[in-house]
Amino acid sequence: MAQASVAQDHQSSWWHRNQQQLTPWLFLAPGMLFFLFYVIFPIFQSFNLSLYEWDGLGQAEYVGLYNYEELYWDEAFYTSLKNNVIWLFLYLLAIPAGLFIALFLNQTVTGIRLYKSLFFFPFVISQVVVGLVFTWFYDPTFGILNVLLGSVGLPPVNVLGDENWVTVGIIVAGLWPQTAYCMILYLTGLNAVDPEQIEAGRLDGAKGWKMLWYIIVPQLRPATFIAFVVTIIGALRSFDLISVMTNGGPFGASRVLSFYMFEVALSEYGFRMGYGAAIAVVLFLIMLAFIAYFLWSMYKEEKAR
Amino acid sequence: MRSMLKTSAAAFAILAASMGSASAEGLTGELKIFLDTSNPAPRATMEQMISQFQEKNPDLEIETTVIDREAYKTQIRNFLTANAPDVATWYAANRMRPYVEAGLFEDVSDLWAEPAIAENLASTKGAMTIDGKQWGVPYTYYQWGVYYRKDIFDELGLSEPTTWEEEKANCQKIIDAGKKCYTIGTKFLWTAGGWFDYLNMRTNGFDFHMDLLTGKASWQSDEVRKTFANWRELIDMGAFIDNHQTYSWQEALPFMVQGDAAAYLMGNFAVAPLRDAGLTDDQLDFYQFVEITPGIEKAEDAPTDTFHIPANAQNKEAAREFLRFVVSPDVQTQINNGQNLGQLPVNAQSSVDDDKFLVEGFEMLSSNSPGGVAQFFDRDAPAEMAKVAMEGLQEFMVKPDNLDNILARLDRARERIYK
Repeated sequence: MAQASVAQDHQSSWWHRNQQQLTPWLFLAPGMLFFLFYVIFPIFQSFNLSLYEWDGLGQAEYVGLYNYEELYWDEAFYTSLKNNVIWLFLYLLAIPAGLFIALFLNQTVTGIRLYKSLFFFPFVISQVVVGLVFTWFYDPTFGILNVLLGSVGLPPVNVLGDENWVTVGIIVAGLWPQTAYCMILYLTGLNAVDPEQIEAGRLDGAKGWKMLWYIIVPQLRPATFIAFVVTIIGALRSFDLISVMTNGGPFGASRVLSFYMFEVALSEYGFRMGYGAAIAVVLFLIMLAFIAYFLWSMYKEEKAR
Repeated sequence: MRSMLKTSAAAFAILAASMGSASAEGLTGELKIFLDTSNPAPRATMEQMISQFQEKNPDLEIETTVIDREAYKTQIRNFLTANAPDVATWYAANRMRPYVEAGLFEDVSDLWAEPAIAENLASTKGAMTIDGKQWGVPYTYYQWGVYYRKDIFDELGLSEPTTWEEEKANCQKIIDAGKKCYTIGTKFLWTAGGWFDYLNMRTNGFDFHMDLLTGKASWQSDEVRKTFANWRELIDMGAFIDNHQTYSWQEALPFMVQGDAAAYLMGNFAVAPLRDAGLTDDQLDFYQFVEITPGIEKAEDAPTDTFHIPANAQNKEAAREFLRFVVSPDVQTQINNGQNLGQLPVNAQSSVDDDKFLVEGFEMLSSNSPGGVAQFFDRDAPAEMAKVAMEGLQEFMVKPDNLDNILARLDRARERIYK
């Protein structure tokens, strides 16, 4: 009997024996292939391209690290980098704002679903529309912002035309949909908050801010984590709002790295592919640092469990 | 060697000319045309013109593709290399240089040697020439100048200025009346390039302007500083509308329509939207940009739009015939008239439409622009330099005190770009 089964094993094909191990890889294969071709491969291509000077038409000329040296002397690069940092910090305001709106909406009143969807609305509409709406809002001659400022006796400001205010102005526009996104994350998170712990906290005399900080927020950790990740990535890839609202202006004051890369490499006056690739590499390294940090902390958390 | 080249070129030209006329009835195959004329009126004009060409050549299969004007500017790189049409639109002068240098445009000097083109298109030949050869044909161009509200000028008792002093005196009166002299929207930068073109050409002349834009002259030179000093006089007077850095050129139109600003330095394409907004020809008028340095010959901006044959085209014979057709006097008269493009024909034999701005513009370009005809800031300078420089111009208009910093930056860019 035993011998017969061994013989059977010998007869069955290699496929039959390894089916269990192979199947997951087969299912993963299409995804991995695409990831390899559309994500991993272009990363190395960009690294390579950043060592060349190329206008997209003629012969690419190897220039070593010249593009990076050029970047080092480029004022516009530092403006973009600075704006990226401002974006990173101010965009994070979407997280507490989203949390408070979620807490506010987490109640049972008639029509609450309608309110929730209205609050979520800005995330559904296109960033281009958001940008246009805010451009009109800020318009120095007929925008409602200056009307409001005027009614309380303040002088008018041209938010999008002032190099000190423009980035903040665009970020405020970006916060509108991003807050809605964080709100939805927190609303689902709040559903999972354990009522018994709240009850227990109440018995121990916790309320108000203490209740929020020591009982609710720790339980929302997973939602906070995701909100952080999407907000930081969102801040680093901010592009559409800048393109719609200011086109990088006035005189380049609202550019961020991704927009600057587009401008030098792909826009009407661009086509310095190597230089664009060098900016892309810098942006990639910044993103990599953040994402590595998040993956690492996620890994630590999994291990602790 | 040289003479041999010349004779062979001449022989080829004659051959091409005879072939052209011989095969005019017999063109066959496919003709793929790519257009960037995506706005409704130019699009209709082009389609009508192409259908006429089709009627003349019934055996030719014409396939027209219209691409959004802005998108075209980036797509042209791809289609010229990968999947070239037989005819494509583009712009003259330095704007076509990258493609000429990359060998992507066909040398059409043979067409320019034909008498029909050589004699009648002489005025635009320079703009189509790089390295002594011609790389395409123009199909339309338009003048730039000061479009102003005649009714406001009349009300304030002003007349068209001809000198810089008169210009400033007019402007002061307009400001005293609580209006702005000029509307402008610099969000997309190029409008500031128009002002610089004129101020620099009037202050230092056409040749210096071209030296500057082709990298031969320094941005920190005294000449350039003089241009900016003149510009600053206007800025310090408060001549331009506030917050112009937030507006596109279209968004700057209402200031003029509502009478908050009296004039607009623009291309002739601004006339149509101004008329659409309700300004009549009695309210709207035009004058040539004033003289600044006495004795300097006036030069004008007149951007030229062009047709080219990609080097990788399949049906170059039909494409050449199409170019001949486009520049022929009748077609030029027709496509540039008021119902169609509303611009100036490139063929000297064509007639200009009976529109007061076109007539005045044609008059100005043909007899009152002895210094030369420039294309435009971002067409004469290489794209990269144009971008950096126009950003500097915008910054200067908002913060004139940063001038030294801006000029130093532009000179650094110059050293890098024109190697």
